[in-house]
Amino acid sequence: MSDALLSARGLGLTFGPITALDEVHADLWPGEVLAVVGESGSGKTTLLNVLSGRMAPDAGTVWYRDPARHLHDLHAMPAPQLRALHRSDWGFVHQNPRDSLRMRVSAGGNVGERLMAQGIRHYGDIRAAAQDWLAQVEIDPARIDDLPHTFSGGMLQRLQIARTLVTHPRLVFMDEPTGGLDVSVQARLLDLIRTLVTRLGIAVVLVTHDIAVARLLAGRLLVMQGGRVIESGLTDQVLDDPQHPYTQLLVSSVLSA
Amino acid sequence: MMMLEARGIAKTFVLHLQGGTRIPVLDGVDLQVRAGECVALSGPSGAGKSTLMRSLYGSYRADAGSILIRHGGVMVDIARADPRLVLRVRRDSLGYVSQFLRVVPRVPALDVVAEPAVARGVPLDQARRAAAALLDRLNIPHRLQALPPATFSGGEQQRVNLARGFIAGHPVLLLDEPTATLDDANRDIVIGLIREATRRGAAVVGIFHDAAVRGAVARRTLNVQPHRDAA
Repeated sequence: MSDALLSARGLGLTFGPITALDEVHADLWPGEVLAVVGESGSGKTTLLNVLSGRMAPDAGTVWYRDPARHLHDLHAMPAPQLRALHRSDWGFVHQNPRDSLRMRVSAGGNVGERLMAQGIRHYGDIRAAAQDWLAQVEIDPARIDDLPHTFSGGMLQRLQIARTLVTHPRLVFMDEPTGGLDVSVQARLLDLIRTLVTRLGIAVVLVTHDIAVARLLAGRLLVMQGGRVIESGLTDQVLDDPQHPYTQLLVSSVLSA
Repeated sequence: MMMLEARGIAKTFVLHLQGGTRIPVLDGVDLQVRAGECVALSGPSGAGKSTLMRSLYGSYRADAGSILIRHGGVMVDIARADPRLVLRVRRDSLGYVSQFLRVVPRVPALDVVAEPAVARGVPLDQARRAAAALLDRLNIPHRLQALPPATFSGGEQQRVNLARGFIAGHPVLLLDEPTATLDDANRDIVIGLIREATRRGAAVVGIFHDAAVRGAVARRTLNVQPHRDAA
């Protein structure tokens, strides 16, 4: 874990009788994409919420290394510091872009807002950055003053990605980023995420139920069942040579087109 | 110089969904490949040639033995290395041409081919030029190079896959049936690519069903025998 951006040790969390996380360990290094797969209720979204500090565990610690290489116990950080982290060094891409976008603010405003939160005040610079990012996520920059509700689902997801990446985060959490989109739109978004993540060297924790998405984007993979990580390793090795009975079931249940 | 040294590789698949059925495939396989050498894997269908290939690449987890691959100045054991190190070895030192092309659906063939070079730090423009040259050589017309390969014929997809495998100049190269769906003219082009790779010092391991290809490129053959206990 020496250079890891994020290290989780012994995470546990229960909701009443339900075990959401049980002795979970995970590390994330700079520039890598780590996928977390599993079925509904496996604990993968809970893990994402705990790793990103949005939810506190009952047991265990998440260590975060800041750009100055200092280690922080994420869940012991004061709330304002954690919020600042989410506005700068980190980003979060939700399955539903409406959970992060402000629907009454223009597309450009949505992208520029994160820059303003970092203290950038020059209007021309913010607008130029917003235009640049709209182009990068393949939204016509002429739509900069349009409200998000005039956008399609795929465009909203791309707008959310622009809003997230404009501050050049080192680490982005993604919760089913291609879920709920048409297949052709999914392919375009996958290509976009892969290109941007590679070019910018961003580290990503990607939660998905879609094994094909994990295969195309992630170098490493965690498989979760009942709150536990039951298998982990190289993505292609886990998927092509699964060792655990549940992973074998998961892989063999995928319909191939 | 030794580039690939596998010792005592064993692999048994355990099918938990079929009552824990065990399928032993490899047992004590040794393989050494030096720089500039091409070794062909032979043996009947089902003997475990592809299993051996995938174990050498790390897609299958060897149960026993070691798989040393030269990576920079050191030998890395693919069978035991940390996943992140395996990914670096694959990026810089170990290439693999599988039988099937597996890529993001929307990406043009040109970028599919350029990607491994870009991953090694080649500037995008330069990588695209190299990709175009390689695709030209493999007779993929310009109008196809700008399109995603999903709609290409089997032979065209295989040539895109080959271009992707050869572009980064990996010092160790694994080729699984690289000419299976190619016509004679394209087959000869692939023979030329393999010979150029070994001439520049690459170590190549290949499965070549086509005896003419095998004869043209391989200096040695490793005979993979069906496992004695296999059902």
